[in-house]
Amino acid sequence: MNQPPETTARLDRLRGRAMPVNHNARTISALAANPGCPRRALLDAAGVNKQRIAAHIGYPAPFGQSRFAITRGNAFEARLTDNGAAELLTLLRDILELDMTEVGYTDFHAVAGNTSRELRHAATRNALTGQDYGPRTLFDHPMLRLRVGGRHAYLEPDLIALRLDGSFHVIEIKSFPVIDGQADPAKVAAAAIQSAVYVHALRDLIAEAGGDPSQVSHETILIAPKDFASHPVAASLDVRKQLGVLNRQLTRMTRIDDLLAQYPESLTFDLDPDADGTPRRDPGDLAQAIALVTANYSPECLATCELCFACRDEAHGSTGALGKSVREDLGGIEYTAQALSLARGQLPPADRAEIAVQLLRAAQIREQLLGEVS
Amino acid sequence: MTIADAAASARAVTEAILGDLAKAERGVVVDSPPGAGKSTLVVAAAASLAERGERVIVVGQTNEQVDDLIDRLASEHGVLRIGRLSAQDYIPADRVAVHQNVTVSSTIADFSEHPLVIATAAKWAMLSNTGLSNTGLSNTGLADHGTRWPWAIVDEAYQMRSDALLRIAHLFDKALFVGDPGQLDPFSTVETERWLGLNWDPMSSAVAVLLVNNPDIPVHTLPVSWRLPATAAPVVSSAFYPFSGFTAATELKDRGMTWNTRPFGMTSVDLALQTAADSGWALFELPHRHALRTDSEAVDACAELAARALLRGAVTTSERGQHGVTATRIAIGVAHRDQAAAVRRALRARALAYPVLGSSLTSVVADTANRLQGREFDLMIMLHPLSGRRDATAFHLEAGRLCVLASRHRHACVVVARAGIPELLDAHPSAEPVHLGVPVKFPDGWEAHHSFMAHLSNFRVPSE
Amino acid sequence: MLTALARAAAATGGRALPIKTVRHVHLAARPLVLVAAQLAGEACAPLAVLVGEDRDKPRLLVVHEPRDRTQRFEFAADLAAIVLPAIERYCGDDHGGDDVGDVGGSADRSQPYPDAPQLLVPNQPTASFLRLLGRSTRFRGTEGEHAVHPSVPLLGRWLTYFSERGEVSPSSQLLPMTSVLADHWATGQSATEDANLSTLLAWISPPDGMTGRDAARAAEDPVRCPPAGPVTDPTFDNEVLEPILRAAHEAALTGDTARRRRALADLERALRGQLEPTWALMWQAVDLLNGLSPAAHVEQRWLSDRRSFTNQAAWIRDGGAPQARRDSAVAAARRLARLEREQQRLAVERAYDDPLVMAEYRMTGEAFAGDVVESDPARVDTTGKRPVLRPQITVATTDEVLFEPGAVLKSPLRPAQQATVKDVVLTGRGTTQVVLELKGGMGRSLTPPPGSVPAVGDNVTYTSLKDDYQPAPKFPEIQDTPWTHGGPPPQDVPTDEDAREDWS
Repeated sequence: MNQPPETTARLDRLRGRAMPVNHNARTISALAANPGCPRRALLDAAGVNKQRIAAHIGYPAPFGQSRFAITRGNAFEARLTDNGAAELLTLLRDILELDMTEVGYTDFHAVAGNTSRELRHAATRNALTGQDYGPRTLFDHPMLRLRVGGRHAYLEPDLIALRLDGSFHVIEIKSFPVIDGQADPAKVAAAAIQSAVYVHALRDLIAEAGGDPSQVSHETILIAPKDFASHPVAASLDVRKQLGVLNRQLTRMTRIDDLLAQYPESLTFDLDPDADGTPRRDPGDLAQAIALVTANYSPECLATCELCFACRDEAHGSTGALGKSVREDLGGIEYTAQALSLARGQLPPADRAEIAVQLLRAAQIREQLLGEVS
Repeated sequence: MTIADAAASARAVTEAILGDLAKAERGVVVDSPPGAGKSTLVVAAAASLAERGERVIVVGQTNEQVDDLIDRLASEHGVLRIGRLSAQDYIPADRVAVHQNVTVSSTIADFSEHPLVIATAAKWAMLSNTGLSNTGLSNTGLADHGTRWPWAIVDEAYQMRSDALLRIAHLFDKALFVGDPGQLDPFSTVETERWLGLNWDPMSSAVAVLLVNNPDIPVHTLPVSWRLPATAAPVVSSAFYPFSGFTAATELKDRGMTWNTRPFGMTSVDLALQTAADSGWALFELPHRHALRTDSEAVDACAELAARALLRGAVTTSERGQHGVTATRIAIGVAHRDQAAAVRRALRARALAYPVLGSSLTSVVADTANRLQGREFDLMIMLHPLSGRRDATAFHLEAGRLCVLASRHRHACVVVARAGIPELLDAHPSAEPVHLGVPVKFPDGWEAHHSFMAHLSNFRVPSE
Repeated sequence: MLTALARAAAATGGRALPIKTVRHVHLAARPLVLVAAQLAGEACAPLAVLVGEDRDKPRLLVVHEPRDRTQRFEFAADLAAIVLPAIERYCGDDHGGDDVGDVGGSADRSQPYPDAPQLLVPNQPTASFLRLLGRSTRFRGTEGEHAVHPSVPLLGRWLTYFSERGEVSPSSQLLPMTSVLADHWATGQSATEDANLSTLLAWISPPDGMTGRDAARAAEDPVRCPPAGPVTDPTFDNEVLEPILRAAHEAALTGDTARRRRALADLERALRGQLEPTWALMWQAVDLLNGLSPAAHVEQRWLSDRRSFTNQAAWIRDGGAPQARRDSAVAAARRLARLEREQQRLAVERAYDDPLVMAEYRMTGEAFAGDVVESDPARVDTTGKRPVLRPQITVATTDEVLFEPGAVLKSPLRPAQQATVKDVVLTGRGTTQVVLELKGGMGRSLTPPPGSVPAVGDNVTYTSLKDDYQPAPKFPEIQDTPWTHGGPPPQDVPTDEDAREDWS
């Protein structure tokens, strides 16, 4: 999926002088959150830092991460991978039927003292596709690479396990608890699609080296704390569906040309920072540039996109802002004002005749029962 | 594959199944794709067990299904004494009453001499649990009035909820479970995640729970669909049965649909019917618009297609000979009950507009996918679950729903839909929760819809 | 569609609009209100709780080192010291009787307590937090290496009880205020945003001079309105909480008692500051709900809650085991059957109690409302063996009537009476006339008592929505769980592990 240079140049212009956002599995998995939104599609393809531009136009995003959560996550992971990952291996032995007699553990955190991504990636590639590495079982923090849009994103799964039968399993360590066998389904979903990103990247790596990508299993392992303590429990996740979603999203991103063609060449979201990094771009101007690209706001954006507050304000007056099911209940009518005037008896256009009858009736009933005119 | 080959293939699988029945420790599961001969198998298995001297109960899900089974069993095995256990207010249907070898009663004790007793799952569940433990009762023969049988045959087991199975499992030692895994799953209006991941989730299907707890039970798949024509079997098989798959029993040349009359002009409705008659499918596409669920334009289109098909006198040719398509052999399938009601009203309105058809138009079956499960028609007209929608929801994307609507027909299927479905699918955000311990269900609803629409796009007939 | 229209109108009008005419939940005279904060990143690490029955006297409980498990269970004991008496107060004289039976079982011979406790929390996540707190405490051992105070497992069982009642739709014993308010009012924002108690209340009663939207925007600022919990604002965590906890921890290490005392005082102040605004909002919500009259069936549903509560109290008193971690096959099936029956019953009661709820059914053709234009209360049917009283009425309605002759309907005003549709006639002026034959609810004679048959001019509503009153289905005993469902489960014997649950 190679991007033509004109497209890359165009996207670079859109982004401006800023460095493209560094992707990781979490951000890649978030790309599929709203495929029907052209604004998001363009910004993500260009690698724009949505957080910064949202803040600059006066709508800072509501997202943040508590350090307590980060600390706990790191501590849990460290405990598992300490001492050559002894505790982890015991856990994996049961769920993956790893052969414990010849267990190898390879740590990719740093290669020969160097933590450069390219080096780590090269070392990973050699280790996973080479034949002569001795007992190979667990690979800790290997460096994978995935082409997203026109650029490489470097990805770091927690672990990859290689079984005797030659199959690779991605292992993700998370710190949300599994209580009595159940875990927060939204968090598990996020872990699943992140694991799928790694599976995809690993398959690419194996395929590039001439191997069989199906060696990378669609069965990934999730390791999380059991109940209320810090003992780990392993669960297997089948990520076939997530792989399908991811594939479609990555393909969609390569079709960005069609979308780009709709906008003037001069369009840019550049913040024009000065020497200290302070943006000089006029916020009103930036807001106008953003507004030029249509968005597809729904309340679901509030949990998934940094621009949500800006788009929400823009969507004021639309029924979609009230929720997808509300819009559906109103027969798909776009604007609340329209729905209300039909409810007051205004003559509908021909294609709205049916819904108008229903709205009028609904308004009449409410008036009858509450004495209010909407 | 010729019909003879298909029959041989089906026979081989049936023999394997019956063979497994003979040596089963606990039971056998049979996956039966649409029109694959499930009832034939149930009849064969019931007779086989009865002939071996085993007492059998047969569990159906609805009274209709139970009576259909009785009709076939009694006809094909006139010597067998069959009991129909029913509710007290049940009036025997004609097709049941006509058989001499069938006894109808609401008291189980009346069937102590019957080798075969059939009832709905609900009725079986009302038999009191004698409280005997699993090891308590031996099979001492027909004279034993105990409420326990060596064998049960559970029909439509994939559509039965596992809590319903829990209520009747004490009645038998071993069971044959037959059903269609591609159709609608059982559901509950209660929303809770409490039991997800448990091996005995009461909201899962009976077969799902059975197999998780008894993984050694053999699972067979009936290989051939006798109903779906060669134009439909490959599409339905690859979209909805990704692992097992099946083939049509007939070849393209074996099935056809023609007309008694020629139309004056070729309206888009006529074109759609012609396309469907020629190639087995048509997509009658209305202009893109977001509409209410009871989209009157779409509902009218469905009714009009049915009316035109009857007016022009559709005639089918198949291995069963040549027959005119009567109103009861045409169905209009929808997702929601209010849509079905709207379609029925549209049919009644048309009955007034086409006096030559008279009341026959109201005999066209208009119903939801839920209620069309297991039924068969010559011509199927379907209102696409995603038509006119702004967003897809899990309900509308459910593969089982589309599968039911797409697999009822022996000859042709016309899909009525507003333009814009591929775009809707493309824009659909997939933020589905994932529950630990719950096996991933295939086919994926989105994939099934996508592949089905891709197929239909080849048969597009714009309404204007 | 009615609710959607109300939302659209609210969005334009700038204020939430009512979508119910009555209150469909029971509201206690002295509810126990609880607002909680938990530490991010842990399974269930309470930070602080503000709890009480008196709006002017909330009790604040703070965990000084939320990652310390010993302190966690001390906190639980402190919470138990407040919550358990509030619960036990309702277990007055021995009305509980000796019959324990199932929670919610139908053959309930015992006299339920005259009243029961009610727990109010801000939102669903707080209810989940209490469920987890219940789970993490109810199996704790009171002896041995990691012993806890006996009140802790008892609190755990009660919290679990409330959490399970919260899953039963007709129950009012554990109410998240966001859900209850959103059930009664339509705001001009989305349902997702309604899950935030402060923005929800901003729409329902915006401050003078502000639109709902502006008030909600202001309420979204976590500095102005700290989140209702139990999840704290990440910026608060990083900029306020973390430094204080670190200071307290370091002071403990170095033995600097003065510094530690200051840090702990800062901690209490900071957490109180996070919880108090929500506490005030909770009571505002209580007042708003008290402003609505209760629906007709609310007290009957509260009776079910009282019965459950009575049974649970008896179970505990008689030494019954704590609630199992996961349901067995039989328990799960029984519970599902009960939940389905209760949900069906609730839907019917809500529609019968509230014309706005019934209105939704009128929109879908499952009900119609109108005036009686003809009435024949003395009509007798002589076609059968004996003459029977079958009054007939004709109702004129502007609703769309989709019923066919033969449909059997009921009216909320006369639930014991059946109405069979005889004829449906469109009068061509937008009204439909429905002829109904009535049966039942009029005594045994051939003369109906006054008022038992609708009279001309009465406004009536008829619907196909009715409660089936299905009997509870029979399931095998747990020791008879069949092979299809995995056979009888092993006995749930609490082991040492349960009581310990490794404290690493």
